[in-house]
Amino acid sequence: MTLAILDYGSGNLRSALRAFERTGKEVLLTSDYEVALEAEGLVVPGVGAFAACMAGLKAVRGDQLVRERLALGRPTLGICVGMQIFFAHGLEHGSSEGVGIWPSTVEKLEAKVLPHMGWNTVESAAESSLFKGVEGESFYFVHSYGVTESCGATEAWTSFDTRFIAAIEDGAIAATQFHPEKSGDAGLHLIKNWVSTL
Amino acid sequence: MTLSVRIIPCLDVTDGRVVKGVNFTNLIDAGDPVEMASLYNSEGADELTFLDISASVAGRETTLDVVRRTAEQVFIPLTVGGGIRSVEDVNRLLRAGADKVSINTAALARPELIAEIADRFGSQVLVLSVDARRANTESGFEVTTHGGRQSAGIDALAWVEKAIQLGVGEILLNSMDADGTRAGYDIGMIKAVRAISSVPLIASGGAGTQSDFAAALDAGADALLAASVFHFGTHRIGDIKGYLDHHGYPVRMTKAL
Repeated sequence: MTLAILDYGSGNLRSALRAFERTGKEVLLTSDYEVALEAEGLVVPGVGAFAACMAGLKAVRGDQLVRERLALGRPTLGICVGMQIFFAHGLEHGSSEGVGIWPSTVEKLEAKVLPHMGWNTVESAAESSLFKGVEGESFYFVHSYGVTESCGATEAWTSFDTRFIAAIEDGAIAATQFHPEKSGDAGLHLIKNWVSTL
Repeated sequence: MTLSVRIIPCLDVTDGRVVKGVNFTNLIDAGDPVEMASLYNSEGADELTFLDISASVAGRETTLDVVRRTAEQVFIPLTVGGGIRSVEDVNRLLRAGADKVSINTAALARPELIAEIADRFGSQVLVLSVDARRANTESGFEVTTHGGRQSAGIDALAWVEKAIQLGVGEILLNSMDADGTRAGYDIGMIKAVRAISSVPLIASGGAGTQSDFAAALDAGADALLAASVFHFGTHRIGDIKGYLDHHGYPVRMTKAL
């Protein structure tokens, strides 16, 4: 069984590929709907603005893909803007619709300096599988937008002037605002945790 | 939950090799940037920067290969600067595995390049590298070119403001007066740029003692970049972080997982 990283034209996928390969799984970069649907685990990366990312996702029918995997109970992990586009709306570069798994809107963070760039710790939930063994560790964030209201799932939070969601675990779907593939050993550990839930 | 200050070692690379002498005894090949990157990662570097000073096209191709090999082995953010002239140059570096690129001369020559890169890849990939020195300009600081030897004829603060408007996501401020002196960062310059900058600020140039790093943070830097003090082993990254942690600065302390 394999992992698939959805390739929809977004940035640096090489490190993500290698980081997920560290788990011992076979990892494919793909934009093929069927391959991504059948994968044991699907990773949805994301770099750039919400609107552009969502347009790229739609171009490979990624929105439908994520919903179908969710309906089938197949694990999917969104990273950074790949997490943001799972929400209903985003306000970066104009208002646009997301995949709509969670109802919130992704808004510009209220902070003196943006982007929120660098290593921050998170407050994870006791029942979290993702953060098992890395509860107090730092993870690498690069973003200016975020979600500041709870969506009622298992959530990890962090703050940078404002409190916002750092990660979500909600049944078959999980997502991180930070980049686990850029978060050193702690990030690799979190990736292993996710893969072990597949 | 506090954002940590970042410590960033910078490696000068030409034709696939680290240029400045490196004084570590536990390296198999002190000139291999990939091995150096891996060592700095294990010592707690929060990001890595490669400055490509290759003079030839072939040298730049080799740098792409170095970036590829580094990104496959070292899972922390990697910034690459030097010789970037176009959106396509940025695309190649990002696809090779760089997370950010820094631009300097090309943006001075054609500021619209900033907006072109930011529009295509997002501001978060773009670092503006500013080589500045004290001068008789409006703010008291001017931009230089040619490694600080020539004036670019632009006020440094005006340039930073314009570049932020055009879409840079971060500023790398190099003091050409302090560079190489190990007499401390230019604190006045950091304060001046911090006051007008809404994006993260990396300070560079002049790091000597451990307290120099703390002083630059007090002046408003979010991250500190240094080259020779790390390469020559004057300071180990872990020692700097230990010092900063002891003095109450938020740092990421790594542990074996």
